[in-house]
Amino acid sequence: MPLLSVDGLSVAFPGHAAVREASFSLAAGETLALVGESGCGKSVTAFSVMRLLPPNARVVSGRILLEGADLLALSESEMREVRGAQVSLIQQEPMTSLNPVLSIGLQIAEVIRRHEKLSRKAARARAVELLDLVSIPDAHRRIDDYPHNLSGGMRQRVMIAMAVACRPKLLIADEPTTALDVTTQAQVLDLLDDLRHRLGMAVLLITHDLGVVAQWADRIAVMYAGRIVEQAGIEPFFAAPLHPYSRGLLGARVDVDADEHYSTHRLTEIPGNVGSAAGQAGCSFAPRCPVAQPACRQAVPPLVGLGDERAVACPVTVSSHSSPLLGGEAR
Amino acid sequence: MRMGRRIAATLKRTAVHAGPTVLGIIVLDFLFLQLMPGNAADVMATEAGSATEETVAALRHQFGIDQPVLTQLLNFLGHLAHLDLGFSPRFNTSVADLIMARLPNTLLLMVTALALALVLGIVFGAVMAAWAGRWPDRVLSVIVLLFYSMPGFWVGLMAVVLFSVKLGWLPSDGNETIGADLTGFAMVSDRLAHLVLPALALASFFVAVYARLTRAAMLEVQRQDFMRTAKAKGLHPLLIQLRHALRNALVPVTTVAGMHLGNLLGGAVVVETLFGWPGMGRLTLEAVLGRDYAVLLGVLLLSSFVVIVANVLIDLLHAWLDPRIGSA
Repeated sequence: MPLLSVDGLSVAFPGHAAVREASFSLAAGETLALVGESGCGKSVTAFSVMRLLPPNARVVSGRILLEGADLLALSESEMREVRGAQVSLIQQEPMTSLNPVLSIGLQIAEVIRRHEKLSRKAARARAVELLDLVSIPDAHRRIDDYPHNLSGGMRQRVMIAMAVACRPKLLIADEPTTALDVTTQAQVLDLLDDLRHRLGMAVLLITHDLGVVAQWADRIAVMYAGRIVEQAGIEPFFAAPLHPYSRGLLGARVDVDADEHYSTHRLTEIPGNVGSAAGQAGCSFAPRCPVAQPACRQAVPPLVGLGDERAVACPVTVSSHSSPLLGGEAR
Repeated sequence: MRMGRRIAATLKRTAVHAGPTVLGIIVLDFLFLQLMPGNAADVMATEAGSATEETVAALRHQFGIDQPVLTQLLNFLGHLAHLDLGFSPRFNTSVADLIMARLPNTLLLMVTALALALVLGIVFGAVMAAWAGRWPDRVLSVIVLLFYSMPGFWVGLMAVVLFSVKLGWLPSDGNETIGADLTGFAMVSDRLAHLVLPALALASFFVAVYARLTRAAMLEVQRQDFMRTAKAKGLHPLLIQLRHALRNALVPVTTVAGMHLGNLLGGAVVVETLFGWPGMGRLTLEAVLGRDYAVLLGVLLLSSFVVIVANVLIDLLHAWLDPRIGSA
């Protein structure tokens, strides 16, 4: 049984559907990257798992099973037992996701005392250990610091310490490094990966950075306009992306090894924009797709499994999957 | 530790600012008062009805107001340097005694009114934010709007009509029952009963301001990322609101409360007159009517002290509420 299995999840805001029929699963200890451009429903999907959607959003249908138990069926107080203890969250912007007027020690100890029956003193000692764990130097002195005393990378480390405090089974990281500079980004992701191995957590990594995905994820799920269009293991995906959108995404990367640079080559892009998906019948990507057939605009293509944990929602690709052409076209 | 250092920094900064501020206030007050028509001798002569030119001149000389303005100012400052506020021609006693007899009453009224305004305002605001757009919010909004738009003295008068005249629950005048000679608990409750109406009248406007401010700040905080972090920890909603939201929302409220202290002292003049409260506000009015500049200057000086001290307290509260403030 997978640790987390999201089944046919649809989430709607008034007037538009943010997530449509999304299904994916996550095994214990695995890192799944949820990839897509801004506004494609990645964060909404993640927040649905914690049931922390904005007040005007609504889960229309679907199930979210954590070790077989449907999170959407839990009462609010049962859900509070899950949050922070079994599933925890790291947000994008570490400055605003820590409370500026409370010391970091208090903010870490708070979650420990919520889920474990520890004294104030014991929780504080645990908080120091956690700061040590996330490699914050002088943890016992830093514990009374406030978020504004720390740098961006340090703040994100504090967020990580807070998230792993109760040894959750699943950690949701919503673009954890977008707000950080590149060197700090690598350090934070290394730390996350190290903790994942040490604590045996699964990580749902939300990002739009394919470089991050290639280095730190086990599997990838690509989202476009609220739907998951492709799922694959990291190596097969980067070797041969199947969905035309995934191929576009990879094609749009600058390949430094091949001596490409924006000053010498025109950068490749996916023609059109995501706005064309609104109100589109059939496949949302059809208006931008180089291989679209008339049939693509008729019915929504289902996510078809191709074996080896690989699935793609594109009838054109599926029908020609056996052809050697696809693998060659990837680069 | 950290907290102590932050408090020390705040105190040092305020002390440096306070000295020049007070001196400036004294000199400006003194010069402005010279612009008022008439003086204590004129008023006394008028009241006596039969004063001759010579008596008035003698009075002027006795009060020292026949000297040039600059000499008067230097005399006043010289006395002040020895912590002597001067002598009141009108009340025929030392200004310091006069003010010290009234100051505790005014402070009591001010502090009570401010505390009442803050507590009621924050509670109202938090309730309004929690039920934003639903009936508790609507009902409180109307009440708050009434408080906001009605002058304090009108609220006071109507409260007297209702609670003193019709219901007879609370006294309408003074700060204690005269001649009752109460002690212990009876005295405290008697004082409290006298305090309720004036404090309410003085606080009503500020309750409205703080309630609206708290409501807006609380709603603003709900959208912050750290609120989602708190929810993601599985904390109880009440704890999230009290520890994470309110603490942040209080920063703007206390800022405004600090700026209101001067207004509160000004409002005290009206409310003290209305309720016969023997405080500095009423003393000020009497001093103005009697052109008793010595008392007036003393009152103004002390008022500025009260405001400065209160501002220090607010600064300290601020440094405690928001760690980003004291460390700068």
